[in-house]
Amino acid sequence: MSLDVSLQTDPGVIATDPVEEARRQVEICNACRYCEGFCAVFPAITRDKVFADGDITQFANLCHNCRGCYYACQYTAPHEFELNLPRALASARAESWERLAWPGGLARLFQSRGDALAAALIAGFALLFAVIAALPGEGEGFYAYLGHGAMVAIFAPAFLLPLAALGVSLRRYWREVGGGRLALPDWREALLAAGRMRNLNGGQGQGCNFEKAERFSDARRHVHQAVLYGFLLCFASTSSGTVLHYLFGMEAPYGVFSLPKLLGVPGGILLVVGCAGMLALKAKADPALGTPGRSSGERAFIWLLGFVGLSGLLLYAVRGTGLTGPLLALHLGSVLTFFLLTPYSKMAHGFYRMTALLREAQDKRERAGG
Amino acid sequence: MSEADAATLTGEVWDVVVVGGGNAALCAAIEAAETGARVLILEGAPRDYRGGNSRHTRNFRCMHHGALGPLVETYDEEEFWADLLRVTKGETDEALARHAIRTSETCLPWMQAHGVRFQKSLSGTLSLDRTNAFFLGGGKALVNAYYLTAGDLGVTVAYEATVRHVGIEGARATHVEVDYQGERLTVQGRALVLAAGGFQSDLDWLARAWGPAAKNFLIRGTPYNRGVVLKDMLDHGAETVGDPTQCHAVAIDGRAPKYDGGIVTRLDCVPFSIVVNKDGQRFYDEGEDVWPKRYAIWGRLVAAQPDQVGYSIIDARSIDLFMPSVYPPVTADTIPALAEKLGLPVEAVEQTVATFNAACRAGEFHPQQLDGLATEGLDPPKTNWARPIAEPPFYAYALRPGVTFTYLGLKVDQTARATGPEGPYDNIWSAGEMMAGSILGQGYLAGFGMTIGTVFGRIAGQEAAAHVA
Repeated sequence: MSLDVSLQTDPGVIATDPVEEARRQVEICNACRYCEGFCAVFPAITRDKVFADGDITQFANLCHNCRGCYYACQYTAPHEFELNLPRALASARAESWERLAWPGGLARLFQSRGDALAAALIAGFALLFAVIAALPGEGEGFYAYLGHGAMVAIFAPAFLLPLAALGVSLRRYWREVGGGRLALPDWREALLAAGRMRNLNGGQGQGCNFEKAERFSDARRHVHQAVLYGFLLCFASTSSGTVLHYLFGMEAPYGVFSLPKLLGVPGGILLVVGCAGMLALKAKADPALGTPGRSSGERAFIWLLGFVGLSGLLLYAVRGTGLTGPLLALHLGSVLTFFLLTPYSKMAHGFYRMTALLREAQDKRERAGG
Repeated sequence: MSEADAATLTGEVWDVVVVGGGNAALCAAIEAAETGARVLILEGAPRDYRGGNSRHTRNFRCMHHGALGPLVETYDEEEFWADLLRVTKGETDEALARHAIRTSETCLPWMQAHGVRFQKSLSGTLSLDRTNAFFLGGGKALVNAYYLTAGDLGVTVAYEATVRHVGIEGARATHVEVDYQGERLTVQGRALVLAAGGFQSDLDWLARAWGPAAKNFLIRGTPYNRGVVLKDMLDHGAETVGDPTQCHAVAIDGRAPKYDGGIVTRLDCVPFSIVVNKDGQRFYDEGEDVWPKRYAIWGRLVAAQPDQVGYSIIDARSIDLFMPSVYPPVTADTIPALAEKLGLPVEAVEQTVATFNAACRAGEFHPQQLDGLATEGLDPPKTNWARPIAEPPFYAYALRPGVTFTYLGLKVDQTARATGPEGPYDNIWSAGEMMAGSILGQGYLAGFGMTIGTVFGRIAGQEAAAHVA
């Protein structure tokens, strides 16, 4: 048996490189192991004794920033080891998204700068106002302002191209973390972990230490679940509309008791409430435990996502009035911006997180001999 | 939680003043506050370092019959007592010890009810899942939970409040003198709980007991256990227990921080290695027993070597056999090069390794059990896991004594009451490391410090509150 101890770092030498610094901290965690019960990161750490860059990328993306380990840690500053694992892993996480993004560079801009994201949103609004003004409508409801053909022409590529870009990034991720062939139980395990946000429950359902320091709270898990399920319902609403249109020849506008509305209205409400909650909790949380230099991009993204939900609800509320046109431009402009920026904004984290959960399920199964 | 200003501290006669801010102090404060008493905690450390050595702990040894919390099967009084007797070699007070053991069973649910969370035993500690309940997140998480609970109960906490002197008239404590926010304050209380730990962070005190060698000792825990209050009580003529010269020391990584290195500085490679001193000579059987049963004696062994340092040397075949050390090993492709890097006499080390290798004999090597693979004709022998150090690269870790706690403490009775020159004090109780020497006079039993702290902390709090009720 041998072990490549040359990968080990000196615990007393704080590094500026995010991956190197995360490695230093993870090595200290692996020698301590007191936090094993909080989340999936620590048991994953204990499976190895030394850590390659890909391992650090995996731990970083598995970490949900619940902060339980920080408040329990006996090595936080002023201790000379200066542990702040939530921050170290958040740094390595942001670094990995920006490094793995395709094309590169865009992610750095939109992850870190809220003003850039706001400018993109304004551009999205302007484009939609221009398109609505330039093209004639061709139907009922909002199609009276922007025809179905034009919508498809804009949104099909705006949806599919970012997905392709994300696919490239996730392939790079999978290679970097040493992922192999997935089995059905891996999907089940990862989907359950994501759906319940198990890694935000503190290990025993008491929640995390996000906005109340040492005190546990389930608020973040709940508002984040509102965002997740709100988003999925909205997405399902749009998808159901597409299916009704193409397969059943049923065109918008849909009534209150149609599938798109039954999914979309609660989805929009959850999304708005969830995003508002996320912003409120973020305002109370200690920024020193979050990602350095990414706060502005993170907040701007939550505003964008919340605005997508809110404008969608308002668009429905003002149906049949003269406000439909402007609101349609605002809603579709925000949706367009949201889609196009998915690989480069905080939205990407959902995809990386799901991939990390899959890799964790797979690694755990393989090491257990499954 | 109210963090007090100086006027708050001196503005009233407190019902109960608790000196110290670790597990025992917090248990006492919570118990007293639950009766409605006005309680003040004087914690010597700053908020970030609050909790004394409790912040480095990770489990609680607990008697139980059938599953209890995270504990499985049964761990009864007799087995617990036998374990204690074995490590202390009789240096214990049976009545007090049995009282602690019996009471531990009701403590675990009390701890849960006051915010402590337990988890299954940590990986690599499965052998303890019957005897020791592990804290989710470790001792600092426990300390945090208790501070929150104490705060919710209205307990006032002063951090960086260094108690310099206990005012005693006859058998009664009247006040304590505290350095706080740049002033010397007189804080009055009707009952006093002393739970301020041992004196292991006062290197001068250690040096008086151990000689100048103590200056090379590393302190595994808090730098704030300087024994100021203990010393003051000794000056008052309070009765003590425990050997004043002894401390519990284990062998840890020689590069560990001077203070507060805690759990991560431990080094588990000794059984698979040879250990040489600064002269390149072996000095003890490295394979005498499995490491959890031997790491404590190695603190003493290394302390007795010149410059209080040892070097554990292994080869490539053994590097993956133990829990990772947080410090990377010193690595070289030959033994002379390794000795050179360590600053050891090259020829002596080469000779020691060659002699050791020549004394090894063929046989089955089993790292997880006593394999009986012993050297022949070597002094000192290595009686297990004696496999030649032959396959490069070679690795070495420096070892130094790491002091965990001291044994000297205040003598207490079953109600945790301290005793002065004229018999028991009227209103002074003591708990935790400060009186643990009564029960743990020698050796160490994993998780038992927290048992003593919790049991006697709670008793001290109840008694103090009853006294002022």
